[in-house]
Amino acid sequence: MMRLLGTFMTMLVAAGLFMAPVQAQDGPLRIEITDGVMEPLPYAVPDFVPESGAAAEMAVNIARVVAADLSGTGLFREIGKEAYISRITSFSSPVEFADWRAINAEALITGAVGVEGDAVTVKFRVWDVFGGQELGNGLQFSGTTSGWRRMAHKVADEVYSRITGEAGYFDSRVVFVSETGPKNERRKRLAIMDYDGANVQYLTDSASLVLAPRFSPSGDRVLYTSFESGFPRIYILDVANVGRRVLQSRDGTMSFAPRFSPDGQQVVFSLETGGNTDIYLMEISSGSETRLTRAPSIETAPSFSPEGDRIVFESDRSGSRQLYVMPATGGDAQRISQGSGNYGTPVWSPRGDLIAFTKQSKGRFHIGVMKTDGSAERLLTASFLEEGPTWSPNGRVIMFTRETQGAQGQSSLYTVDITGRNLRQVRTPNGASDPSWSPLQQ
Amino acid sequence: MTYLAKSILLVAGLALAACTDAGRFGPDDAGAGTGSSGAIAGSASDPQSPLYFQQAIGDRVLFAVDRHTLDDEAKRVLDGQASWLTTNADYNVVIEGHADEQGTREYNLALGARRASAVREYLVSRGISSNRLKTVSYGKERPIEICSEESCYSKNRRAVTVLASGLTG
Repeated sequence: MMRLLGTFMTMLVAAGLFMAPVQAQDGPLRIEITDGVMEPLPYAVPDFVPESGAAAEMAVNIARVVAADLSGTGLFREIGKEAYISRITSFSSPVEFADWRAINAEALITGAVGVEGDAVTVKFRVWDVFGGQELGNGLQFSGTTSGWRRMAHKVADEVYSRITGEAGYFDSRVVFVSETGPKNERRKRLAIMDYDGANVQYLTDSASLVLAPRFSPSGDRVLYTSFESGFPRIYILDVANVGRRVLQSRDGTMSFAPRFSPDGQQVVFSLETGGNTDIYLMEISSGSETRLTRAPSIETAPSFSPEGDRIVFESDRSGSRQLYVMPATGGDAQRISQGSGNYGTPVWSPRGDLIAFTKQSKGRFHIGVMKTDGSAERLLTASFLEEGPTWSPNGRVIMFTRETQGAQGQSSLYTVDITGRNLRQVRTPNGASDPSWSPLQQ
Repeated sequence: MTYLAKSILLVAGLALAACTDAGRFGPDDAGAGTGSSGAIAGSASDPQSPLYFQQAIGDRVLFAVDRHTLDDEAKRVLDGQASWLTTNADYNVVIEGHADEQGTREYNLALGARRASAVREYLVSRGISSNRLKTVSYGKERPIEICSEESCYSKNRRAVTVLASGLTG
C-alpha cells in the first residue's frame, strides 16, 4: 500500500523512469517520480457540493472530469462512490478522515460549485487523508458556464501538481488533422480540441489537403502544410480568429514540416527544390530565409531544443534515415541515432532532456525516446504504423498517430507515458492524425 | 497564483473567453477532395488525345522502396511521354510524386518530390522544355491502391504525368 511519501524531490534525469511511491515515515502526501514499479495512488473525489440549484449538474460533471484527468495519468486510482462511508454535503464542514482511511483513499478532493447566470465559481481542497491534514490551501477559480471543463482541468492540474511536485497538463489543447473518407479518398481538415478529446472545433474545411499542424510556444498560432495552391506550402493560422496566410510560396518549390522556434519568432522547415529537400529557417516578421543544411540527401522534420540553440532533424545522408543534431545556425551535424532501422520525426522534449521519435524497423513502427546525445534509446510502443510524437506540456506523456493496417485502415490518436506505461486512445469524432500538444493554457 | 493563509480561499480569475470563430466550420463540412482524379478527355484510339497519353503511352512510372531511380521500363514509358509531348506542344504537365504508406509523412513528401523530379529531369533530357513541367509531391497521402501489401505498395510508389493544357509559369 502506498503511504505518505518523502519530502525530498528529484528531477527526472535518468532514462528508464517510472512513477513510484517512496516510503517515508511522515511528510506530505506525494507521488515521487523515481525508478521502481508503480502502484497508482488511491483517491476519492466525491461530487462537488452545489451551492445553488443551478449548479447541481455542473458540480457532478466537474468532479467527473477531475477524476478522468487524474485516473487517465495511470498514476492515480479512483475509489468509487459505492465504497464511501462519509458523504461530503458541505464544503466547510470538517472531513471525517477515519471514514476515508477506512476505504484506503489516500487523497481526498472536495469541492463546491456556484452558478449565477453565466458565471461559475469552483473551489476545492485536497486532503492528505492519512496525514489528517489539508495538502496546500483551498483554491477558487471563476469563469463562465461554457468554460466549466477548463475549470475542472485547472483543479486536476493543481491536484496533480501538489501530489507529484510536477506541473500538470490537463488544461491544454491539441491541434490535429481530422480525417474522413476511405484511404484512397481521404479528406483532411485542421481541428482543435481539449487534450482529452472534448470540445472539437474545426479550423479549416476539407477542400484542401492539410498536414501536420504545429502549435506556437504560446498556443496562439498554428503552422501547417496545405495543398491549397496545388502545391505543399506552409501556412500560419491565428487560432483566435482562424485567419491564415501563406508563409512561403516560391514557385517551383515545396515547403513543409514547419515548427516554431522556442521564442515563436522563427520557423524551421523543409524546402524542396529540384527534388532535393533541405532545412531552412525563416524569420516570421520579415520572411527572410536562412539555409541551414546543404546536402543532396533528404533533410527534414526539424525540431528546436527548448533553449533554441540546437535543432534535431532527420536525414538519409548515411543511406538510411537517422537523427542528427546541429547548431540552430546550421553547421556540423552530429548523428545521434545508433540503432538499426529508420528514424524520423524527432521532437525535443519541453524539459530538454529527451528526444521523442518515430522508428521503423523490421516492418513495424515504434514511438520511442532517447537522450539528446542518442544514448538510452527506449521504444515505448509498437504497431503496424505509428508516427508523429508530440509532448505533453510537462514532458511526461507523448501523443502520437496510430494507423491500422489494411484497406480499412484508420488513423487515431494515442497517448503513452514516457515510461511506456498507460497506453490510451484519445477519443475523437472521426479519424485523427498529426497531433500537436499546446502549452498549459494561461 | 498565490496562496493566502490556511483555510482562506484564493480567487484566481480564469480568462475563459468564449472561443473565437474557431467553430465556424461545422462538423458536416463536405469540401472537395484534392489530388488528380476525374475523367480524362478524348478517345483512346485518337493518338492526340489525353486518354491515349494516359492509357496507350502510360502516364506513370513505378519505383522500388525508398528509391527514385528510373528503371528501363520507366525510361521506355517516359520516352513515349516525351515523344507525345513533343508532338502535342500545347500541353504542359504536372508530375506528381507518390510514396507507399511505409514511412513517415515528412520523409514520404520528400521522397515523392525526388521521384517527380527524376521524371522531370528525364523528360528534359529528352528535349521537353522545363517550362512545361511542374512537379508536386503527395507523399503517402494519395494512394491508388489501399491494401497494406506489397502488391498495393508497388503501385503506389509512382510518379504520374498529369496533362494540363494552358498551364503557365
